[in-house]
Amino acid sequence: MSVKFYQVGSLAVGNRLLPQEERAGQADPERANSLISGHRACQGCGEVLGARYVLDTAMRATGGKLVAVNATGCLEVVSTPFPESAWRVPWLHSLFGNAPAVASGVAAALKAQGRTDIRVLGQAGDGGTVDIGLGALSGMFERDDDVLFVCYDNQAYMNTGVQRSGATPPAARTATTPVVAGQPGNRFGQGKDVPAIAMAHRIPYVATATVADLRDLEAKVERAMLFTGARYLHVLVPCPLGWGSASSQTIRLARLATESGLFPLFEAEYGELTSATPIRHRVPVDEYLRPQTRYAHLFAHEEKGGRPDLIARIQEQADRNIRTYGLLAATMPDLAQHSERSHE
Amino acid sequence: MSTPETTTRQTGSSGRAVEGSRAVAETVARCRPQVVPAYPISPQTHIVEALSALVRRGELAPCEYINAESEFGAMSLCIGASAAGSRTYTATSSQGLLFMAEALYNAAGLGLPVVMTVANRALGAPINIWNDQSDSLSQRDSGWIQLYARDNQAACDLHPIAFRLAEELSVPVMVCMDGFVLTHAVERIAVPDQEVVDAFLPAYRPQQILDPDVPMSIGAMVGPEAFTEVRFLADGRMRRALLRMPELAERYAKLVGRPAEHLARGYRLDGARTVFLAMGSVLGTLEDVIDEARTDGLAVGAVELTCFRPFPVQRLRTLLAGAEQVIVLERAFSAGAAGIITPELVAALVDPPAVPVRCSTVVAGLGGRPITKKALRMLVRDAAASRAARFSFLGLDRDLLSRAGYGRASDDAPGSTAERLLARLHTREESR
Repeated sequence: MSVKFYQVGSLAVGNRLLPQEERAGQADPERANSLISGHRACQGCGEVLGARYVLDTAMRATGGKLVAVNATGCLEVVSTPFPESAWRVPWLHSLFGNAPAVASGVAAALKAQGRTDIRVLGQAGDGGTVDIGLGALSGMFERDDDVLFVCYDNQAYMNTGVQRSGATPPAARTATTPVVAGQPGNRFGQGKDVPAIAMAHRIPYVATATVADLRDLEAKVERAMLFTGARYLHVLVPCPLGWGSASSQTIRLARLATESGLFPLFEAEYGELTSATPIRHRVPVDEYLRPQTRYAHLFAHEEKGGRPDLIARIQEQADRNIRTYGLLAATMPDLAQHSERSHE
Repeated sequence: MSTPETTTRQTGSSGRAVEGSRAVAETVARCRPQVVPAYPISPQTHIVEALSALVRRGELAPCEYINAESEFGAMSLCIGASAAGSRTYTATSSQGLLFMAEALYNAAGLGLPVVMTVANRALGAPINIWNDQSDSLSQRDSGWIQLYARDNQAACDLHPIAFRLAEELSVPVMVCMDGFVLTHAVERIAVPDQEVVDAFLPAYRPQQILDPDVPMSIGAMVGPEAFTEVRFLADGRMRRALLRMPELAERYAKLVGRPAEHLARGYRLDGARTVFLAMGSVLGTLEDVIDEARTDGLAVGAVELTCFRPFPVQRLRTLLAGAEQVIVLERAFSAGAAGIITPELVAALVDPPAVPVRCSTVVAGLGGRPITKKALRMLVRDAAASRAARFSFLGLDRDLLSRAGYGRASDDAPGSTAERLLARLHTREESR
């Protein structure tokens, strides 16, 4: 294909202009529809959007031979108000902190039954992945169990009312990191970089994605399903409720997160970085932060100066990601070299 | 209603000398589990070590052994494997069982027939690796059937019964055996033959399964509109074990040619005015002491409680109908209250028409404290002479307490008792 047509301002290629085989899985009228309409997610929910693409792609990759294991959380609550269920895949919900282990158990049973044609996908929010489920996740990684685990990261405990998680970014206001004088939201710290933790386990495949580039998300799920063993996909999913953003801004915010450098998109195989998606139109973090009321305190009293010091610290984080992953095309490092450096 | 019977004790005429854990592992292997996730904790380790070796050597194929990252992980792996339709087994002890607690309730709530051996061990702090039954009794309300083994033969024989019961009723089962006392004891044990187990335990046919051809959602949220009814039905489902367990035990006993396990079993109850009720390995010592006391003309007997959950109310009422008092020997207790088994027994007996029996609790054998024949002899004599306190600790070392400067329990100061008690004891011993 020689000519690409892009929608103005979005970089998303128009499906109808592509040949059939290159169109998005969601454009296929025969798609699995693993997570059907009628669920009770909020308007503009990034998580159910991401989950639908992830599940349908995995279903296509496995020829419909898929079992999903779900942690407790928004995705579970909104999809299964029994007797209704929005799932059209075999789906098991056990507890909040054990989805990776339950998924491993399903995989072990299928292996013992000789049904390795059926693949297993575990999924959880950031709380169920980076906090309460991290031990089970690490165990699943270390044993290299044949599970694709997907974290839908909306950066706080949204289901219980927006409390801070280990994935909450610095300065974000949550119900447990309120903004008071001298305490501007969540602390500035190392954070918990679970994609990097996953890479440290040297599992076959690790990738990050967002709901802004759904073709990229599909491609990464497809890629993940080519491997056998433990795989990890970390998907940034804006949450209008918790982020204090308009429900129409979910896709835009996910895109700004990557274009500012705050959420780098990359893939890694067996612990080595294999690709990073360059930023096309770099934006200052300011542009990403401003539409979210969880950062409103950074822009309050702008006539008196606001908090440019804190915004600068967040910008430093974005700049560091851009350097680390070579996110500006001009500074794209040789990837082999990069992964060598990461061993030092 | 059957009359209280006297069963003769097994002398162990068949079998070979083998460690209890090893015999249990071999029995479990003959039950053909398909997935065994486990996490090490003493004194359960020998069981899962033996199973991992059997799996490694391909003797259990097709079976997956999984080294879990924690007991919470191990039980969660069991949940996934069982929900995917495989016969699933694990073993644990003590803190490990507590670490599983959330997943235990979940497995029961999801109706998953997991079978687990609990090598009974004390709970910390203070950390203690030795035997009592605080661990499994703390999970009384988890929705698991609980069976207690008096010896290693029973520990083995209860496992095929547990699998069959679990899979028929869709209720998980714990087989509890005293840690070290049984798990590490080498004695003559007859491990059931493969043909016997195969004849008794059919291949697992799951009631619900995660099947891509027939996708179903498992793990519903249930609100106030139906939660009570879900629990009501769970109660009924577990109570079915009161009928089914003895039937299955009878059938199994015929196959192996040994006396059947019961929900509860009477020992020398004929004319017994004082009856000792206990669970687990203490029954051996207790029955020896009862034999001696009978020779001395004391009207004493014993009841072994094998099935603690569901609680066999009718069976116990029948067994204790002729008794004047029951001394419940408990290897665990509830601080600030009393025994754990006794209140349930009292409730069972007062149900009209009341069985007029006086019940007392003797807490014994905590944290590996041996329950000696000598201590039991004194207890039996005191009890037969109606001198048993309502609540007491067997062999409480008052000398140790006074050497450490404790007159009474209320003398304890705030903070951690264990370190202070040991430190004071040490200082006083040095200054002597």
